[in-house]
Amino acid sequence: MVPLSYYLVLSGILFACGVLGFLIKRNIITIFLSIELMLNGVNLSFVAFAAQWHVLSGQIFVFFVMVVAAAEAAVGLAIIIAVYRTRETLNVDQVNLLKL
Amino acid sequence: MTPNKYLWLIPMFPLAGAAINGFFGRHSSKRAITAVALTLCGASFGLAVLIAAGFSSASAPYYFDLAHWLRSGDFQVDFSFYLDQLSLVMMLVVTGVGFLIHIYSVGYMWDDDGYYRFMSYLNLFMFFMLTLVLAKNYLMMFIGWEGVGLASYLLIGFWFTKDSAASAGKKAFIVNRIGDFGFLIALFLLIKHFGTLDYPALFSKIQPLVPETAGVGLLTSIGILLMVGAAGKSAQIPLYVWLPDAMEGPTPVSALIHAATMVTAGVYMVARSHIIFERAPSASTVVAVIGTLTALFAATIGIAQTDIKKVLAYSTVSQLGYMFMACGVGAFSAGIFHLMTHAFFKGLLFLAAGSVIHGIGGEQDMRKMGGLRTYMPWTFATMGIATLAIAGIPPLAGFWSKDEILARAFDANWVYWLIGVITAFITSFYMFRLMYMTFGGDYRGGPAAHDVRHESADAHAMHDKHAKDELAHDTHGAPHHGEHGHGEPHESPWVMLGPLVVLAILSLFGGFIGIGDRFQHFLDPVFKAAAEPGLQEPVREAGENTREYLLMGISVAVAALGWFLAWLLYSSRPQLPARIAQHLGRLYTAVANKYYVDELYAAVFVNPLINGSTTILWHDIDQGAIDGTVNASADAARHISDELRHMQSGNLRSYAGWVAAGGAVVIAYMVWMGIR
Repeated sequence: MVPLSYYLVLSGILFACGVLGFLIKRNIITIFLSIELMLNGVNLSFVAFAAQWHVLSGQIFVFFVMVVAAAEAAVGLAIIIAVYRTRETLNVDQVNLLKL
Repeated sequence: MTPNKYLWLIPMFPLAGAAINGFFGRHSSKRAITAVALTLCGASFGLAVLIAAGFSSASAPYYFDLAHWLRSGDFQVDFSFYLDQLSLVMMLVVTGVGFLIHIYSVGYMWDDDGYYRFMSYLNLFMFFMLTLVLAKNYLMMFIGWEGVGLASYLLIGFWFTKDSAASAGKKAFIVNRIGDFGFLIALFLLIKHFGTLDYPALFSKIQPLVPETAGVGLLTSIGILLMVGAAGKSAQIPLYVWLPDAMEGPTPVSALIHAATMVTAGVYMVARSHIIFERAPSASTVVAVIGTLTALFAATIGIAQTDIKKVLAYSTVSQLGYMFMACGVGAFSAGIFHLMTHAFFKGLLFLAAGSVIHGIGGEQDMRKMGGLRTYMPWTFATMGIATLAIAGIPPLAGFWSKDEILARAFDANWVYWLIGVITAFITSFYMFRLMYMTFGGDYRGGPAAHDVRHESADAHAMHDKHAKDELAHDTHGAPHHGEHGHGEPHESPWVMLGPLVVLAILSLFGGFIGIGDRFQHFLDPVFKAAAEPGLQEPVREAGENTREYLLMGISVAVAALGWFLAWLLYSSRPQLPARIAQHLGRLYTAVANKYYVDELYAAVFVNPLINGSTTILWHDIDQGAIDGTVNASADAARHISDELRHMQSGNLRSYAGWVAAGGAVVIAYMVWMGIR
C-alpha cells in the first residue's frame, strides 16, 4: 500500500504549483486553471486521509469541493468571456481599473 | 428698623452698575451711562451714610451671613459681611471719596470713546473695594483684594493702545501677584493652624497666645507674609515700583485707586490683623522699618521728578510708608486716621492735578506749566489747601494725623520719629516745589508747547492722551480752543471742580475729628478690646503734654522750613535748583532716575527670568525636548509608512503573494515549533 506521506507530498506539490502559477502567470485562464490545481491538491489530501482513517466524510467533502469548483468554473469562465469582450485582452495586469 | 440688614447691598449696588454699563453701555447714550454709574455709586454712599448714622458702638461688631460658600470638613467659609468701627471708617472713605471721583470722572472722561468702559470699571472697583473692607473673613477679603487688583490693571491699561499704559498695567498686576503670593501663604498657614478664616473665630483663637518675643514663630511668619501682601498692594519697599508707573492710567483712576483707596488696602489689612501683629513683635518691627524706609526713600525720589503725577505717586508711596510706620509701632488707629485724611488730601491733589492737565491740554511736565494761578483759580485754591494739608501745616487734616503718627513713633523709638520728621520736611519741600512750578511764575507752556512736547525727555507719559483729553468743551463754549488745541490754559468745568471743593473742605476740617484722640477712642473697641494686656498703652506720664507740644512744634517747623526752601529755590531764585543739581552731580542723577531701582530689578529679576525662559524653557525644553519628541515620533511614523506603503500597490497578485508568504511563514512556524 502506498503510504500516506506520498499522497500528502504530491498534494503539497500540486498546491504549490497552483500557488506559483497563480502568482506568476498573467493570462487569466492560466490563473483560473492554477486555482483548480490548488483545489485538487487539497482534494487529494482529503481523499488520502479518508482512505487512511476509513472515514467517509473526507470523500463527501471532495464531492462538495468539486461541485463548488464546477459552479465557480461556470461563473468564472462567464466573467472571463465578458472581460475579453470589453477589454480585448486576457492579461490581468491590463485589467486594472480599480487600481489607484 | 436697622439698616445694617442691608449692609450687603453696599457692594452690590456698584456691581450692578458695573454689569449694566459693561453689558449695555456700548449702545447707550452717555447720559444713561452717567445716570446708572452715579446713581448706583451714590446709592451705595447713601446707604453707607445711613448705616453710619444708625451705628452704635454698643452693638458692634455686627455681622451678616449672606450665603454659604465653602464647606469642607470642619473648615467653612461663608459670604458674610462684617461691620465694626474700622470697616465703618473704611466704608465711608471708600464710598464717599469714590462717589466724588465718579462725579469728577464724568467731566474728565466725557469725550473718551471708552466712557462706558471707564464707568463700568470704576463701579467694578467700588464693588471689590467694598467687598474687601466689609468682608468677615480673610477669604472674602482676598476676593476683594484680587478684584481691586484686576480693576486696577484694567484702569491703568485703560488706554491700552498706548504701549506704555499696557505694560504699566501688566507691571502693576505682576508685582501685585508677588505680594498676593505672600498673603495667600499666610492664609494657608492660618487655615492649617487655626482651621478658620473668620475674623471673630480666628482672633478669639489667637488672642490667648503669648507674644513671640524670641525667634521666628508661627505668628511672626504669618505677620511677615501678610506684610509681603500688604507691601505689594500698598506699594512698599521692595514692591513699590508699580505705583509710579500706574500713573499711565487716567487721572481719576490715580486719585481713586492709586491714592485714596486701593493702595490703602494693605494698611487696612495690617490693621485688621492687629491681633496677629501685636503677638509678633518681630513682624511689627518689620512693618515699621519697611514703612519708615519707604517713607524716606520715596520722598527723596519725589524731589527730582518733573512729571506732576509722578511726584504725587511717590508722595503717595511715602505717605503709605507713614501709615505702615504707625501700624508697625502699634498705633493702628493713628495709621487709619492718616489713611482717612490722606484719602481726602491725596485724592484732592490728584484730582487737581488732573484738572491742571486737562486745563493745559494733556501736558504733565511741570517745567512746561507755571503761572496757572490766574488761569485756574479754583484748582489753585483747592490744590493749595491739599498741599498745606499734606505738608502738615496746622490746622489742616494732614497735620493732625501725621502728628499723631510721629508722636506714637517717638514713643516706640526715636529713630522712626527722626526719619519721619525728615520725611515730613522733604514732603513739604517737594509739594511746595510742585505748587510753585505749576502755579507760580509765568506760564511756560504756551500754544507752541503742543508741538514740542514730544521732544521733552520726561513727558513720555501722555503722548497720546491729549487728544482724548479735550474734554467737555461744550461746557465752556469757548471758541478760542480751535480745532484740537488749547490756545491757553482754562479752568475746568464745574462737574470737575465740585468734587475738588468738597475734598478741599474735608482736607481743611477732616482732621478735627482727631482732636483729643476722639478718632482713636472711636476705634478703641477694635484695637484695644482684643489687645494683649501687656501691650496696653503706657500710662501717661507727667510732662507728656509738654513733650507732645514740643514734637508738634518740631513737625510744624520742618514743614514751614520745607515750604521756605521750596519758595527760595522755585519762586525767589529759580536759577538755583539747576546749579545745586550740577553740584550734586551723580547723586542728583541717581535721584532723578529713581535710584535705578527699576534698572536693578530688571537686571536682577526680570532679565534673568526672561532670558532663562527664552533659552532654557522655550528653546531648550519646549522647542527642544517636548516639540522634538513629538516631531521625532511623527517623522519616524512617516518614514516607516513611506516604506510600508509600497506593499499596498493595488496589484492583486502581489497581495496574493503576501497572503501566500504569510501562510508559508505560519506553516513554517508551526513546523518549527513542532505543533501537530
